[in-house]
Amino acid sequence: MRGHEPRSSSSCAACKLLKRRCTPTCIFAPHFRSSDQITFAKVHKVFGASNVSKLLSEVPEEQRQETVNSLAYEADVRLKDPVYGCIGAIASLQKKMLELQHDIAVARNRLLAHNASGVNNNNNHVLSTLDDSPQLAAFLDLVPYSDLMLLDGSGLDAYLYDIGPPPFV
Amino acid sequence: MNPKRCAACKYLRRRCPKDCIFSPYFPPSDPDKFACIHRIYGAGNVSKMLQQLPVQSRAEAVESLSFEAKCRVEDPVYGCVGMISLLQTQIQKTQTLLAKTQAEIAVAQAKHSQTQVNEFM
Repeated sequence: MRGHEPRSSSSCAACKLLKRRCTPTCIFAPHFRSSDQITFAKVHKVFGASNVSKLLSEVPEEQRQETVNSLAYEADVRLKDPVYGCIGAIASLQKKMLELQHDIAVARNRLLAHNASGVNNNNNHVLSTLDDSPQLAAFLDLVPYSDLMLLDGSGLDAYLYDIGPPPFV
Repeated sequence: MNPKRCAACKYLRRRCPKDCIFSPYFPPSDPDKFACIHRIYGAGNVSKMLQQLPVQSRAEAVESLSFEAKCRVEDPVYGCVGMISLLQTQIQKTQTLLAKTQAEIAVAQAKHSQTQVNEFM
């Protein structure tokens, strides 16, 4: 009589959860160690083991760990926010990006205005715009961002980064 | 078969009941939407996820799942997480640029003040 096959003590987290024998060619084993059952549990809950297996088989072996990492991240976020998942995070980051771009446009307009008046008052000295000035380095530590935020409805300049419209705003 | 089956039931080749959990969100006019979500998440998982949500949140959940599934189909390694990583990097660079620009303004203001003092004296 065929008895119940004992599970290997070195079963990966996936095979442990799925209660099956972990073979030497198990696609999950390199990426879901038995010491971390929670990660596979989350990924399985959101995507399903067979879908993950298909996804992994469709990417080159050297990219499978990155794939698992991103699936684990997505699953984790989806379980924390079942309605929006990662889209909530993307929308927040895009909003932050737009705010920063607006702030840069405002700051650059102020700098240009200073440059223009500076040309009139001194010897056509062109202000350095870059990094290595010791004066600049000193001010980087002292100038709080909030002091120079101006409310300004002017359009964004060439710094706008085309990241596509967020699905949720 | 009911010709008014939702895209999910059409794809799964089954009868579409009146209380089908998918039918409000997967009209038959857009078969690719369900196909993509099913490919990444599986119909069973999506059904469970929707059942655990209040009805008023389900449409938003389906849209976000659809977006994430499309990202994953286009980029099987990183999916939409690639977008998050890119945005975070861009935000850091932009914050640095903003800090530099504000510091340049402060330098310009300081120089302008010094010039005014020199002119006065």
